[in-house]
Amino acid sequence: MTATSAPPVPATVRRDRPNWTGWAFVAPFMAVFALVLVAPVIYAIYLSLFREQLIGGTSFVGLANYAEALADPKFWDAFGRVLLFLVVQVPIMLGIALVAALAIDSGRLRLAAFFRISVFLPYAVPAVVATLMWGFMYGTRFGLVGNINDFLGLDLPAPLSANWVLASIGNIVTWEFVGYNMLIFYAALRVIPTDLYEAAALDGAGAFRIVRHIKIPAIRGAIVIAAIFSVIGSFQLFNEPNILKPLAPNAISTYYTPNMYAYNLSFAGQQFDYSAAVAIIMGLITVVIAYAVQLSGARKERTR
Amino acid sequence: MTAHRSTRRWVGLATAAALTATLAACAPGAQQGSGDATGATAEEIAAALQEESSITVWGWAPQLEPIVEAFEEKYPQIDVKLENVGTGNDHYTKLQNAIKAGTGAPDVAQVEYYALPQFALSDAFVDLTDFGAGELEDDYTASTWGSVAIGGGIYALPQDSGPMAMFYRADVFERHGIEVPTTWDEYIAAAEKIHAADPNAYITNDIGDAGFTTSMIWQAGGQPYRVDGENVTIDFADEGSTKWADTWNRLVQNDLVAPVPSWSDEWFQALGDGSIATLVIGAWMPANLESGAPDGAGEWRVAPMPSYDGSPAAAENGGGGDAVLQQSENKLVAYGFLEFLNGPEGAAIHAANGGFPSTLADLESDEFLGYESEYFGGQQINEVLVQAAKDVVPGWQYLPFQTYANSIFGDTVGQAYASKGDLNEGLAAWQEASTDYGNEQGFTVEND
Repeated sequence: MTATSAPPVPATVRRDRPNWTGWAFVAPFMAVFALVLVAPVIYAIYLSLFREQLIGGTSFVGLANYAEALADPKFWDAFGRVLLFLVVQVPIMLGIALVAALAIDSGRLRLAAFFRISVFLPYAVPAVVATLMWGFMYGTRFGLVGNINDFLGLDLPAPLSANWVLASIGNIVTWEFVGYNMLIFYAALRVIPTDLYEAAALDGAGAFRIVRHIKIPAIRGAIVIAAIFSVIGSFQLFNEPNILKPLAPNAISTYYTPNMYAYNLSFAGQQFDYSAAVAIIMGLITVVIAYAVQLSGARKERTR
Repeated sequence: MTAHRSTRRWVGLATAAALTATLAACAPGAQQGSGDATGATAEEIAAALQEESSITVWGWAPQLEPIVEAFEEKYPQIDVKLENVGTGNDHYTKLQNAIKAGTGAPDVAQVEYYALPQFALSDAFVDLTDFGAGELEDDYTASTWGSVAIGGGIYALPQDSGPMAMFYRADVFERHGIEVPTTWDEYIAAAEKIHAADPNAYITNDIGDAGFTTSMIWQAGGQPYRVDGENVTIDFADEGSTKWADTWNRLVQNDLVAPVPSWSDEWFQALGDGSIATLVIGAWMPANLESGAPDGAGEWRVAPMPSYDGSPAAAENGGGGDAVLQQSENKLVAYGFLEFLNGPEGAAIHAANGGFPSTLADLESDEFLGYESEYFGGQQINEVLVQAAKDVVPGWQYLPFQTYANSIFGDTVGQAYASKGDLNEGLAAWQEASTDYGNEQGFTVEND
């Protein structure tokens, strides 16, 4: 091919016009998008290329912050912790949410509306308030755990001790988000055409068979969405451990989760640049894992 | 000022949203300019106070409000905007961000002694020597003045102080037949006695607290931090630090201290019902006891803190002053306000509102010394506390990055507390992490 094979000019002109009209419609959105989403990310990337010292000022260091973060045992310690959290807590939470949604959808439940709202209610409690409340209940001397121990003569392990605090955080997060996920599942269940159930019943399928072969396959998309949200939520774990930290300063380190690490780097250590690098690495990992979850969900749907 | 640390339980609730917002607010290289301090005479300051202008003050001490009111009454031309942007670390974070951004900082800011070197070093605060602050030295206790005079400059005026003393439950001591301990050995013996008689009762609580540990090492005569400009020495293997760690190991390793975090609900309940029998803490504590543990009224007393050889020795625990920011465009008025706030007029209001002063005149006034506290069963508590201020061991220095060092205390020394290991090892880990950070930040940090 040579330069003579360039496309005819008029065609290009004609193609352009409708494009601009489209852009005009999305311009307000694009402006906001660029300002509040793209600009901060670009700025964080810019920041992450520098290093500022209390003595000596700011210098350009290229990718040195990234290299340091990738070799930082504290970062990987934090990452490993949220990964464990993800692998254990998310399936439990989504499982409970699914069972609750199926139970409400089954129509066999009395007071279904009341049940639905009470499961959802914790989601309406701000995470900060929820954590403060649970933090109080976890107290072994005067809190709920202490009362149970006294009343039943038990010796429950301290929920805020180093070995149990991650499970205790998992409990709080599950309590907070079961209702939210249940609502996603329930909404998806409601759009399944009921004649499928009738047909299945005529073929002799029981309730559990309907659940396994009709309901769950039909809401696979919703489950994938909920899983992606939960993956992102786990990697961004911050509120709960950060609020519990004053109650358990030795069990929750300053690098307990990647977000806490980034937060403490910038606000306790003034290392904004390094913190930006940690945040960006964590963001990229989250994107990759969320995408992998989405792909695997989509693939199963296709093969079905 | 540490007297109001209880509010810190609510601090740190800012979420990741704030992280992004603040990251975006701090450009690299926007550091505040050089220290071209503009000096002024007393006449110039007095004249500026008669002209119409306004200043902004950031602080969380509850005494600030009545002091600002009194100031505005005396100088009606000046409008003081008092803003509470948070307590302790929250406050320092916002201050640091404004300094970094080069705009948005207040004219005057409250600052605790331990955090002051960090701001003084980065040239964020005005050296008050140029305004004649040097002449005020004799008005304040030696230990508080020593905390604001840093590297040849004066970077704040002292407001309150926190000489350490031992607050104890007279009823618990009486029930167990315990004499008020004067040495740490006696203190540990008392701890064993109390805990043996009632497994739910403890001599004190301690799960590791950076401010407490540094103050205790201070009292033991340790000088783990030595700062000379950019050259810093961190040595937690010195005699005083080891002395404290060895002594405290005996309490921690034998489960003789309550595993209750300070300022928690549990803590205040335990102070009220006597299951925590003593607190070795700053002189600002009485007001907190009265409000936080009303059930303990009449039972608490105060005595000098125990020492290693029985002779009096104390340390400062908390307390702070107020500084003028380099960013201020109204430095004359800002300094005029500081002189009022931290001078005789402000100090009197401060003391009347439950503060523990740093001014010698107030500390030695008959009214202050003779005050009989009802909560303390009529004891003249200030007699003891003022004596503690005089017994403070001289020579202590904080790191120029103490706020960071304190933030990682739980990651290092806290681990030794949690595992009931050797506190000396915890201190060594703290030393190592602090050293790494200091070197990364451009200091030359050595360990002797």
